[in-house]
Amino acid sequence: MSTTSTAFEKARAEGRATLVGYLPAGFPDVEGSIAALKVMVEAGCDVIEIGLPYSDPVMDGPIIQAAAQQALDAGIRTDDVLRVVEAVAATGAPTLVMTYWNPVERYGVERFAQGLADAGGAGLITPDLTPDYAPEWIAAADARDLDKVFLVAPSSTDERIALTTAASRGFVYATGIMGVTGTKQATAAGVAPLIARTKATTDLPVGVGVGVSTGAQAADLASYADGVIVGSAFVRTLLDHPGDRAAGLAALAALTEELAGGVRA
Amino acid sequence: MSEYDADALGWFGGTGAFGGRFMPEALIAALDELDTAWRDAMADPAFTGEFDRLLHEYAGVPSMLYDATRLSEVAGARILLKREDLNHTGAHKIRNVLGQALLTKRMGKTRVIAETGAGQHGVASATAAAYLGLDCTVYMGEVDTERQALNVARMQLLGAEVIPVRSGSRTLKDAINEALRDWVASVDETAYLFGTAAGPHPFPSLVLSFVRGIGDEARQQCLDQYGALPDAVAACVGGGSNAIGLFAGFVDDPEVAIYGFEAGGDGVDTGRHAATIFAGSIGVLHGARTFVLQDEDGQTVESHSISAGLDYPGVGPQHSALSAAGRATYLPVTDTEAMDAMALLARTEGIIPAIESAHAVAGALRVAKERPGQTILVNLSGRGDKDMGTAMDWFQLGEAGERSGQEPGEGK
Ligand SMILES: Cc1ncc(COP(=O)(O)O)c(C=O)c1O
Repeated sequence: MSTTSTAFEKARAEGRATLVGYLPAGFPDVEGSIAALKVMVEAGCDVIEIGLPYSDPVMDGPIIQAAAQQALDAGIRTDDVLRVVEAVAATGAPTLVMTYWNPVERYGVERFAQGLADAGGAGLITPDLTPDYAPEWIAAADARDLDKVFLVAPSSTDERIALTTAASRGFVYATGIMGVTGTKQATAAGVAPLIARTKATTDLPVGVGVGVSTGAQAADLASYADGVIVGSAFVRTLLDHPGDRAAGLAALAALTEELAGGVRA
Repeated sequence: MSEYDADALGWFGGTGAFGGRFMPEALIAALDELDTAWRDAMADPAFTGEFDRLLHEYAGVPSMLYDATRLSEVAGARILLKREDLNHTGAHKIRNVLGQALLTKRMGKTRVIAETGAGQHGVASATAAAYLGLDCTVYMGEVDTERQALNVARMQLLGAEVIPVRSGSRTLKDAINEALRDWVASVDETAYLFGTAAGPHPFPSLVLSFVRGIGDEARQQCLDQYGALPDAVAACVGGGSNAIGLFAGFVDDPEVAIYGFEAGGDGVDTGRHAATIFAGSIGVLHGARTFVLQDEDGQTVESHSISAGLDYPGVGPQHSALSAAGRATYLPVTDTEAMDAMALLARTEGIIPAIESAHAVAGALRVAKERPGQTILVNLSGRGDKDMGTAMDWFQLGEAGERSGQEPGEGK
């Protein structure tokens, strides 16, 4: 059983949705990202998503791009990302890596999967890899019981949703808006049809991400989705406090608490 | 259908080899819709007839195949030039955009977006959009908007909105990223006019279908005018659209050698180049598995070329497959070689080529040394008006007077 699914089940048993929090590894630097992700776990994130910074992130808006670029400019390497995974997974929170495909392919799919498993990582979220082009990753993940979190979108046909959920493990990532991260706001009314269509094909939990930033929104979405995924809003708390780590972490903790309250509302 | 075409999933050279579709799920429905609409259109004589009519009446196609006798004397082999520089808007790119814009209308969409490096694809897209009554937004790296201000003005005069891209390296690859981000959010009413034979399936095959007239015409013209196929064909390779358009006419003629010339920039050994196939490695960029300039961790490395149109760290997947199969040979041409060829063509034939196309001419001059007396057909993909600023700097031109300007080979 996937530790990620277990975290979703535990939240469901508590009558609430799961809170999934994202930050890129290496932002503001490697140690700073570990400290920040630990703050998010302590303040109420159930599941952690660690971004592997990539030079050409087509699903990301300006906020996450800026953070990833900062990490790349400081020289983050794939091995550093796995080091961040190891440190965060040690807290006990299920820890996934969210990555564009090329860095994994370049590292070696088998080698990456093994490195991730060895670091205690739960699996991968793959925003530009769909199951029909993922046989290598699926084989490598299945061999190690890693989560394969693929995305479904409002534009997905029912056939593609079925194909996607059949190949997924851990949870299914429903994109809350048609757009990139950190731009438009997702609404329950907007995303409810996609969640219903997804749930019709699978018993896996469904998390909503892209376009979620406030506690009120989390509360609104939590009545339809099993989980709420937040990225840009967390990144922004740190971007808004350049040079003042303590203030950034305090803002990060406050936002986490607000969102954790939202999923419990 | 050639053995070098893609399969139904967009793989060239066998499942998983090159091409495919590495894209966000949010765009898959749009890519499938495009694929279906395109196949349907290509099977409809009303569509292909209209496309051919526009190419002929509006763009001036078929372009001539021209026997460059004075250049041939210097080269030591017979050089034939496919004169895509004489097309409307001055390059092969008009073929691709007219095809894609017609398809956009057929699909009932009202807006097109495009990325551009040098601005040639942007200008062509703005032209087709103006002509067919579509809204047009062009993404262009901020660095390129400064380098190519004249083309920004051309696009604006044609009614397009030009958005400077400030992310990443602020050049062509980032303009593609930004166009994709726009497309995810606007896909219902918007078509993405991809500017080269790269990107996710079906773009490499779709773009090929609109530019393959270059090679099909050239093959027939060569037979009609000279009674034989050429011994070799040559084209410059940025993303690869003019090259694949030419090569498609000849891939199934095994006796015709195929050469693609990539931008060697300051020289491949300096690291400052855009010789993706020659010096890159296999990876995934902009939706396709292909050769890529990347570091050890799969981060894209910036490319360098004097020619903005070749300054791209990826390449169309079909070229990667042709290279892997040994059917085509890809070699670098440096900035200096290209600029020398630009001047040589100007002074021997009275034709000022685009710097992109000058790479193909320079490459053909090298091929001529290995194939003395043979016939080499070169795609002259565009004209050089847009490049006069670069030429002025390189050759120190522009001031009238005695012995002003440098001889080819004396440039910086
Ligand atoms: C005249 C000309 N030739 C060639 C190219 C390179 O593109 P491709 O490799 O797609 O033909 C360009 C791109 O701007 C161009 O303007």
